[in-house]
Amino acid sequence: MKLLGFIIVCLVGGFLLYGTGELPDWGDPQSPASLHLSNDYIEHAVEETQVPNLVTAVLADYRGFDTMFETAVVFCAGLACFLLLRDFRPRKDHYYRHVPTGVVLHFKDNSKRLTVGKEFEDMDKEWVPSDTVIKTVCRMLIPFIQIYALYVVAHGDFSPGGGFQGGVIFGSSLILLAISYNLKTLVKRVSEKVLSILAALGVLIYVGIGAIAMLMGGNFLDYSKLAPLIPIDPGHIRAIGMLGVEIGVGITVMAVMVIIYINIVSEGRHEEGL
Amino acid sequence: MHWPIDLIVLTFVIFTAIAAISVKDLLGTAILFGAYSFLMCLLWAVMGAVDVAFTEASVGAGVSTVFFVAAVFRTSRRTKD
Repeated sequence: MKLLGFIIVCLVGGFLLYGTGELPDWGDPQSPASLHLSNDYIEHAVEETQVPNLVTAVLADYRGFDTMFETAVVFCAGLACFLLLRDFRPRKDHYYRHVPTGVVLHFKDNSKRLTVGKEFEDMDKEWVPSDTVIKTVCRMLIPFIQIYALYVVAHGDFSPGGGFQGGVIFGSSLILLAISYNLKTLVKRVSEKVLSILAALGVLIYVGIGAIAMLMGGNFLDYSKLAPLIPIDPGHIRAIGMLGVEIGVGITVMAVMVIIYINIVSEGRHEEGL
Repeated sequence: MHWPIDLIVLTFVIFTAIAAISVKDLLGTAILFGAYSFLMCLLWAVMGAVDVAFTEASVGAGVSTVFFVAAVFRTSRRTKD
């Protein structure tokens, strides 16, 4: 059976390689992809949108509808992860560490709880918090990662990057917090409710900008119609619209990444994990 | 013989891909997938698709590796077959 699988894989791979021989060369100016639409974008995008990064101009403006549904897909991925994995049953065992002595108390009865404070701290039984060195380095690193993520979102129309990348970087900075400390630290700072609201809010911002453009008398996602609302040079209004849309994408992606991570790593309990 | 950089990177991509499906340790597979994504990111950057390279680096090499590790943490570390 394994041999058969190997032969099939080799055969299909061989056919695929044979098929790629017919594809146009990389960067071929005569290929159909670069004959019609690409030239139009390259010639007119900068004067039409005032955005130096053509990729962002195409993604967020010319193909804005497409990117909107991509954001909705990311939102749906987070929703599906939540629906599949979230487990609302409370945990039975509770572990507390007495901070001055280091004695660990194990509570099997769910009704008895200790107040967590300076004397007792809540303990993960499955994930021992990491070393002081790792904690300190991560704590110093996280603000810089987050600033960089905001920079990537804000500079999406001037340099490579944008909402997706910035959102992922921001989300992974929060995940780094959970890995270097523990999951409780993250959940305490960014609660599930906040994350869910943010995930929906990002899509709402995107659709909202499109709908406002419609209310102002233009087409859906036609940013040039937003000009009366924002006191800025009307030539740059499309860039501002794109920035707003990218912020929406970034918020959704950030929240969804954290939701997926928390649900996977804690088996949906949101209590303890990596 | 002069080897262009993209051929070298492509060779490494194939090696990491084969290694990722043949390694028994799933944590190692997760790391190898991260390496694979990073090499793909280099390949995109060589081709001039910087936006795609950025996405590959942040999503492929960053977050998806973390998701794999999280899934391994909650399941088993060794494959059955």
